[in-house]
Amino acid sequence: MIRMENVHKAFGSNQVLRGTSLDIPKGTSMVIIGGSGTGKSVALKCILGLIKPDSGMIYVDGKDATKGDRDAFLARFGMLFQGAALFDSLPVWQNVAFRLLRGPLKRPPEYAREIAIEKLRRVGLKSDVADRFPSELSGGMQKRVGLARAIAAEPEIIFFDEPTTGLDPIMSGVINDLIREIVTEMGATAMTITHDMSSVRAIADNVAMLHGGVIQWTGPVEKMDASGDPYVEQFISGSAEGPIEAVR
Amino acid sequence: MSALDLLGGLGRAVLTLLATFGKVALFTVDAISHIFRPPYYPREFAVALMNIGWLSLPVVGLTAIFTGGALALQIYAGGARFNAEAVVPQIVAIGMVRELGPVLVGLMIAARVTSSIAAEIATMKVTEQIDALVTLSTHPMKYLTAPRVLAALITVPLLVGIGDIIGIAGGYVVATENLGFNAATYLQNTVNFLETRDIVSSLVKGAAFGLIAAIMGCYYGMNSGRGAQGVGRATKSSVESAAIMILAANFILTGVFFSV
Repeated sequence: MIRMENVHKAFGSNQVLRGTSLDIPKGTSMVIIGGSGTGKSVALKCILGLIKPDSGMIYVDGKDATKGDRDAFLARFGMLFQGAALFDSLPVWQNVAFRLLRGPLKRPPEYAREIAIEKLRRVGLKSDVADRFPSELSGGMQKRVGLARAIAAEPEIIFFDEPTTGLDPIMSGVINDLIREIVTEMGATAMTITHDMSSVRAIADNVAMLHGGVIQWTGPVEKMDASGDPYVEQFISGSAEGPIEAVR
Repeated sequence: MSALDLLGGLGRAVLTLLATFGKVALFTVDAISHIFRPPYYPREFAVALMNIGWLSLPVVGLTAIFTGGALALQIYAGGARFNAEAVVPQIVAIGMVRELGPVLVGLMIAARVTSSIAAEIATMKVTEQIDALVTLSTHPMKYLTAPRVLAALITVPLLVGIGDIIGIAGGYVVATENLGFNAATYLQNTVNFLETRDIVSSLVKGAAFGLIAAIMGCYYGMNSGRGAQGVGRATKSSVESAAIMILAANFILTGVFFSV
């Protein structure tokens, strides 16, 4: 279970999170929706400790996320970044097996390579991709490699930051299905941030709408269309009319 | 603009400068401490040795040989004004080893290595690769900064030593081929004139300049702004700062080694 309690974060005069509170039950898939610049990525990075909140608490399985062994804490997480964030200087298989080639989870290189190729297969990539460099891959392939890297060490919690941004609808569908399959298969807790409503419907067990630095609505995905919340309704319909200002 | 505004602006600039010095000092201490604390990344260290040391050899060699040659011509022409042409080997040797070798190698490293480190790390930051490292339980200071700083500390003094030798060789070629110096006498004068202190100062300067070059590249890369403009600004600032700090450190070290 991940819990955010009254988290605040500002960058200079820009108050991004203004008391965000959210519960993500263990083994479920939470999708956070909201307009650009509403603090979705900031919330996710606060949980990981990449950004330090100004105030508020974040708990993972009841323990304060800011205390304790940082490496052990991060070893429980996998993350797919918006732009995949693959390391240019390393071939694909070393990107996927990064955690298995160094640190506490270190394995022999041959074994790490085998796992990397297996994970690449799991995300629909052939083994010949393993020795290529990230710059030689298309955007969709890079996202899949990023996904393979996120699941390589079989984490308990996986974060997906805009997993379908910049992809065509077919590739978006492929990535959505992969995420859903992997999360179900691994029994992992997942948190995804996206603008893409087809992703929301494909990936989510629960949905949270972030606007104005607070969670405006949260509930099961099947109740989203009938939420009665004007922010959620406007976001789903994509209308310029409503409480969310079109010009920001 | 009133005098008070002017004074306020000056005060703000001084405070910003002092704050930057403080941040760079803390960054340097942190970077050096990570060299000694595990985990270690030998592959990244080997790549840094190759990039900073081996691949800088051509530019260092070319800079040194032309400088040594030009120095011999200048000293000969200048010395001729008071019948002191014979001091060419001694002045070339002392000029290259004490000053021109370390400073020119330091500046070439700032141009070639500092810019490349800053641009690479800044791009990694902009594309979230640094965040990705953290989520993969890898400390960016250990993985990116420590190997580069250690590699620069080891390779730049070696490059300075090689630059000194090539520079003296440049002077030797010009003096013996164009200026009519006897080869054996030239070499003997060079060797006899140089002191241990000259060579030690050259290598110490090399280590200091290597540290400055790597630290400034890493610092500005890690603290880069967003987008292409952020990467460009980080690269430019890293080279400017490294070059100025190398020249300032050279002045200080020269004072330490040779003040009478």
